[in-house]
Amino acid sequence: MEAPLALLIGLLTGVATWLMLSRNLIRLLLGFAVLGNAVNLLIFTAGRLTRDVPPIVPAGAQAIEGAFANPLPQALVLTAIVIGFGLLAFALVLAWQAYVRLGTIRTDEMREAEPPEEAKP
Amino acid sequence: MLIAVLAPFAAAGFAPLLVRLLGDRAGLVLAIVPAATFVWLLSRLPEATPGVLEATPWVPGLDVALDFSLDGLSLIFALLISGIGTLIVLYAGGYLKGHPMLGRFFLFLMMFMGAMQGVVLSDNVITLFVFWELTSLASYLLVGFESDRPAARRAALQALLITGSGGLALLAGLVMLAEAGGSWRISDLTGAGAWIQDDPLYRPILILVVLGCFTKSAQWPFHSWLPGAMQAPTPVSAYLHSATMVKAGVYLLARLDPALGGSPEWLWILTGIGGLTMLMGVVFALLETDLKLVLAWTTVSALGTLVFLLGPTHEPGVKAAMAFLLVHALYKGALFMAAGNVDHEAGTRDLTRLGGLMRTMPVTFAAAAVACVSMAGLPFGLGWVAKELIGAAKIALEDEFGITVIAATLTNLMLFCVAAIVATVPFTGRTSEAAAHAHEAPWPMLAGPVMLAALGLVFGMAPNLIAEPLIAAATTAVIGRKATLEIVLFKAFDWKFLLTLATFVAGAALFLLWRRSAAGWRASLNPVLDRGPDRGYDQVMRGLAALAAWQTRIWQPGLLHRYMAASFAVVTLAGAASLTRGEMRLNLDFDGGRLIEWAVFAVTAASALVAALATTRLLAVTALGMLGLGVAMIFMLFGAPDLAITQFMVETLVVVILALVLIRLPGFRLSAGGARPRWLYAGISAGTGALVTLLLLGVLAEPFDPRLSEWFGRAAVPEAFGHNIVNVILVDFRALDTLGEIIVVFAAALAALAAIGIGARTRA
Repeated sequence: MEAPLALLIGLLTGVATWLMLSRNLIRLLLGFAVLGNAVNLLIFTAGRLTRDVPPIVPAGAQAIEGAFANPLPQALVLTAIVIGFGLLAFALVLAWQAYVRLGTIRTDEMREAEPPEEAKP
Repeated sequence: MLIAVLAPFAAAGFAPLLVRLLGDRAGLVLAIVPAATFVWLLSRLPEATPGVLEATPWVPGLDVALDFSLDGLSLIFALLISGIGTLIVLYAGGYLKGHPMLGRFFLFLMMFMGAMQGVVLSDNVITLFVFWELTSLASYLLVGFESDRPAARRAALQALLITGSGGLALLAGLVMLAEAGGSWRISDLTGAGAWIQDDPLYRPILILVVLGCFTKSAQWPFHSWLPGAMQAPTPVSAYLHSATMVKAGVYLLARLDPALGGSPEWLWILTGIGGLTMLMGVVFALLETDLKLVLAWTTVSALGTLVFLLGPTHEPGVKAAMAFLLVHALYKGALFMAAGNVDHEAGTRDLTRLGGLMRTMPVTFAAAAVACVSMAGLPFGLGWVAKELIGAAKIALEDEFGITVIAATLTNLMLFCVAAIVATVPFTGRTSEAAAHAHEAPWPMLAGPVMLAALGLVFGMAPNLIAEPLIAAATTAVIGRKATLEIVLFKAFDWKFLLTLATFVAGAALFLLWRRSAAGWRASLNPVLDRGPDRGYDQVMRGLAALAAWQTRIWQPGLLHRYMAASFAVVTLAGAASLTRGEMRLNLDFDGGRLIEWAVFAVTAASALVAALATTRLLAVTALGMLGLGVAMIFMLFGAPDLAITQFMVETLVVVILALVLIRLPGFRLSAGGARPRWLYAGISAGTGALVTLLLLGVLAEPFDPRLSEWFGRAAVPEAFGHNIVNVILVDFRALDTLGEIIVVFAAALAALAAIGIGARTRA
């Protein structure tokens, strides 16, 4: 089932890119969230998929028997989910503060660092 | 020879210290360096034919060596550089007496002297180029020496940009030349002329080298920097911009003549541009009122003459060029220094305000007058000799180039007139107001003009003193076979002699006419002729600034979405380019999926599309939540319950925070400010997505290496006493990473809290 998932991940990445190219800060952040999901799935899928068998050693056994889901990407993705959440939360607060300061959520109008030509001193 | 090149550099380093210790007398000490070089060069005179080579490795890995060679051509230039250099250093000590920056001036001047010696003595293409650029740099520093004047700064920059861009062309040309000739040594290249000229790149090489030489030697249309360079202090004008640096282009043309010369292209470019420059320079000289600018334009004309004479690549032409080179350096050096004396003592160099200086400055007048005899080509001056040789060269050309004879005769005629102007206007006639309280310059400022003018006279009367050892030796070096020269002062009373006399008479007539109506000529002709290339330079500079502004607007529009689009597009294109290299297998196994899996994929894909197209916030946030839940379901289906639980939790929190932030932001609809230009951005997005899919399919087609995962499966219970392997990895095997993760989330929370706090205070 990896191949269909690859298509889904491509779609998510494309959607994320499309949202991030917007001039609206909210859309940009939505794109950011979608991109996080796409990347998490990418790591997960690259470690191959195994149905229904979580990487848990049965009680009393010393090792797991037979095929089991790859635990390594899971550990990585778990970290990534949490970090991504922290980042998104911070970015959201930042966006809100930007609106409070600048009075706009349109990135075209956020020109503090690079003011438009005619506004230059 | 290495010492001869390096000594001025060393002296340059000590110059500021010497000035601090000795004050104005430092010039007397510094003059020892070029004087010693001059004497040493004279002692090597007998070796100059056929020439000697010395090599010191510098960057052996790149075949760059400090190869120096001394032959007739190098020698005549090196003698001029060190000889006139000695007089100039003496002169500068007097001219800039008490100047607060005298030490800096000597530093630049000595640096130039070393660099210029390096140019004419180098036998390696790269070292020659390095020294060549150093002379441009020294010229820039010296022209802009009085850096508090905007005119001086503009002139310095113009000189640097024109000679510098020519230098770039020259570098390309020299590298290609070395490739074509198979050696980095000039002495090898000059022997390889036949196959260099058969090289398919011969024309580009020729054009690039000629560009370098023409910018340096102020040929049309690159001449405009030379009159501008008259902003420099007069010793600099006399030294760099008449006697030595501007001749570097002529030197290189002569030096490479055996390698590049002899072709029709060479002939037409050099004769054409040289002839044009020759004529143009002298015409402009007649229209000037500033004494230094008059001299500068005649220098442009003289450089044109030299290039013109090198065009045909035959013996009489080269001989004439070498003789004229010497003559010009002597009389023009003397005249510039005399003009400097006039400027220095009378306080102006405006021809219309000068007159009668003969009485107060007799020595300067005598030197200028004798130099002008040489310039006018009158008998007993060295100019007469050069003129004879030029005449011989012209006659050798006559069959094909009748028009050049006319151009050269016209130039001579006008040059005679300019000589008459320079010799008489400032010095004779009524004593002008400016000249009334002038007095004679001190001896270091007289030594230069008097010596040079006297040498011109001595050599003019006894030309065979220099004919064989200097002119013939230099000619030998250029044409590659032994040249001999015997100068007879009066050949015969024939039509050529009559033509010369006629030139004198016409020149004198022109002078009388000039006295009457020069002001009228200036008024009517200057607006018409006026200095196209100089204006062109300004336009190019403005254009350059506009181009820079334009491309900054393109690349740095200050619009976030453009930056993002550029980043995504570049990453995607680079990734796509890497995919085309080598064969790539793809995993295209779409079979065997369960219904529930397809259903979850479909729901996730649909929510992504809805999120992309949503125009209201509520819909967008809902779609995003759905998407997150779909991802959690996928984790669930493929054996990752921990991930699924975390994802559920995080997704819920994200929606809550999003909602909290969104209700504080204005406007409900998202449609305003979507991605635009729509189709381009859609293309970039689709490309990025497709690339990720392709990469993943490629990765999935490769065999999987399960060793690490299996090891965790075996080690979890015995080593870490945990049954949930993911859990064990996080809190045991990679515990430190997890600690880091906690710190990151904590820091993000703190930062968010701080931001909210600041916001609260701002509103309060």
